[in-house]
Amino acid sequence: MENANQHFRRKVRLHPLEIVFWLCTLLPFVVTPNYLSLASQIAITALFALSLDLILGYAGIVSLGHAAFFGVGAYTAGLIAKHYWLEPLSSLVIAGALAGLVGYATSHIIVRFRHLALIMLTMGLGLLLHEAANSASMLTGGADGLQGFKVPSVLGFKFDMFGRAAYAYALAVLFVCFLVARRVIHSPFGLALRGIRENATRMPAIGAPSRAHLRKAYTIAAVLAGIAGALLTHTTSTVSLETLSFGRSADVLVILILGGAGRLYGGIIGAIIYMVARDQFSGANPQYWYFWIGLLLVAVVMFLPNGILGGIGALYKKSK
Amino acid sequence: MLSSLAGVLFDGFAYGMLLFLLSVGLSVTLGMMNFVNLAHYGFALVGGYATVTLVNRFGWNFFVALPLAFIVAALVSVALERSLFRRLYRATDLDQCLFTIGIAFIAIAAFSWFYTSEPQSVPAPFPRDQPIVAMGMGFSQYRAFLIVFGLAVTAFLVFFLEKTRFGARIRASVDNQRMAQGLGIDVDRAFMFTFALGGGLAGLGGALAIEVIGLDPSFALSYLLVYVLIVVAVGGLGSIGGSFAAAAVLGITDTAGKYYFPWLGSFLIYLVMVALLMWRPAGLFGKR
Repeated sequence: MENANQHFRRKVRLHPLEIVFWLCTLLPFVVTPNYLSLASQIAITALFALSLDLILGYAGIVSLGHAAFFGVGAYTAGLIAKHYWLEPLSSLVIAGALAGLVGYATSHIIVRFRHLALIMLTMGLGLLLHEAANSASMLTGGADGLQGFKVPSVLGFKFDMFGRAAYAYALAVLFVCFLVARRVIHSPFGLALRGIRENATRMPAIGAPSRAHLRKAYTIAAVLAGIAGALLTHTTSTVSLETLSFGRSADVLVILILGGAGRLYGGIIGAIIYMVARDQFSGANPQYWYFWIGLLLVAVVMFLPNGILGGIGALYKKSK
Repeated sequence: MLSSLAGVLFDGFAYGMLLFLLSVGLSVTLGMMNFVNLAHYGFALVGGYATVTLVNRFGWNFFVALPLAFIVAALVSVALERSLFRRLYRATDLDQCLFTIGIAFIAIAAFSWFYTSEPQSVPAPFPRDQPIVAMGMGFSQYRAFLIVFGLAVTAFLVFFLEKTRFGARIRASVDNQRMAQGLGIDVDRAFMFTFALGGGLAGLGGALAIEVIGLDPSFALSYLLVYVLIVVAVGGLGSIGGSFAAAAVLGITDTAGKYYFPWLGSFLIYLVMVALLMWRPAGLFGKR
């Protein structure tokens, strides 16, 4: 019989399969060197989905406005690069901190609501920020976005046209953030979050400060989303209004559900499948791409309630 | 200034009536079955495209096509409810959201396949739309028609729900589904009927909206879905009066905002929504 301490220590250890997975993420350098810019987009989206997983999959907060934090991070990094300095790591930290600050401020509103009002409020706050950025064109460039800067290198590695440094940078940041998220999930705090998700009235009854926990989780997720936004700015050297859009919030939700919420790797797997499929199928007409996404959503809800990873997990259990 | 205020109120109210038609069905079905139907706007698309086809291809009069828009949208909504949606009544909010957004995506792609993604239009319903002159300024005939029509539908719905036996059954099912079932009310049938009525009204709204906001598939998702959800959430679930008030406030605020503060865009409308929801999370007239 293990005690609580041993339980958490066992959970925190990396499973051999996980090590294999992370080694596989290095494959694009060798196998598909022409698709490295797609690979870095995937890594960024995966980080964004991972941050949503923290609040949706673990804390049970359904958000249709998560792009707000992604956009705050992207614009912060863009403004720093345009007006102040071009060193990316420090601006990554600042972007994350600022997104976290916005997340902490809004978390006080978010934790007071549930169900439809919660979904509507997250969506409303996201739309509000989108419109604000659109109107404040002095600062954000409005509909044209921020342009006219070029982040040259990270830690001395030049961002070249093949996107090697960009992918390495995005992947490294994703990995570090993943370890942080993993540590958070497998801590007593992470366990409390799952408790709140499963039964929101019982957790306060056994002495867990529900709202404080939810606020903390929301802030951490906002920081990670902001870092993902800043990564996008650094690797593409532009910021568009799209980073704040409702479409981006909806896409990341689809990605997470597709992969499987509440299991850390869900967002990453979902991002890989979604982005590769979009790259291959969307082609000339993006409208028909949404047909497939729609079909996929319907199928996932009806046949794979826990996403692709959940389905694989169920198959694995059945075979044992 | 004063005359422009009257114009803004008039246009805003007409716009609000459109939003009311588009959203009242969603509000009632949400209140009744707790079913979050993000594909509700799809029924408006069905009504809109049915009208466009009848008027442009078969040369029907716009006003004759309207009842058919209602019937087609109602039939489509019942078919969807019976075949797919009813399986999800016990699912979580999130699953319902995702499933119906999936249906909405499919509908949008299907409509752009058949009708291209170009905005569609019909010949003006009032061929020489002479403004009605009152108080020294002109009011569009079509918008006046919208207001009268919206008020008539509201009056009909209120009468139907408050005064008829079937309406009483629907109200009972909204208030307490289990109790209603215990009293022998066929909640399933009442719900099917409400769903058809709501879908039909949305179809009517979609047809009437062609003249005012146009009709193209992707616009539906990014723009009107958001507006419809705002009306439902702010008005309160299952409340006709709430939807009416919320739609009117939203229509007037939006029109006034775009007229007086064009640089703010839709900022004002979202601000109003967030503020109202924070003040009353269950909506203006919501009970739960």
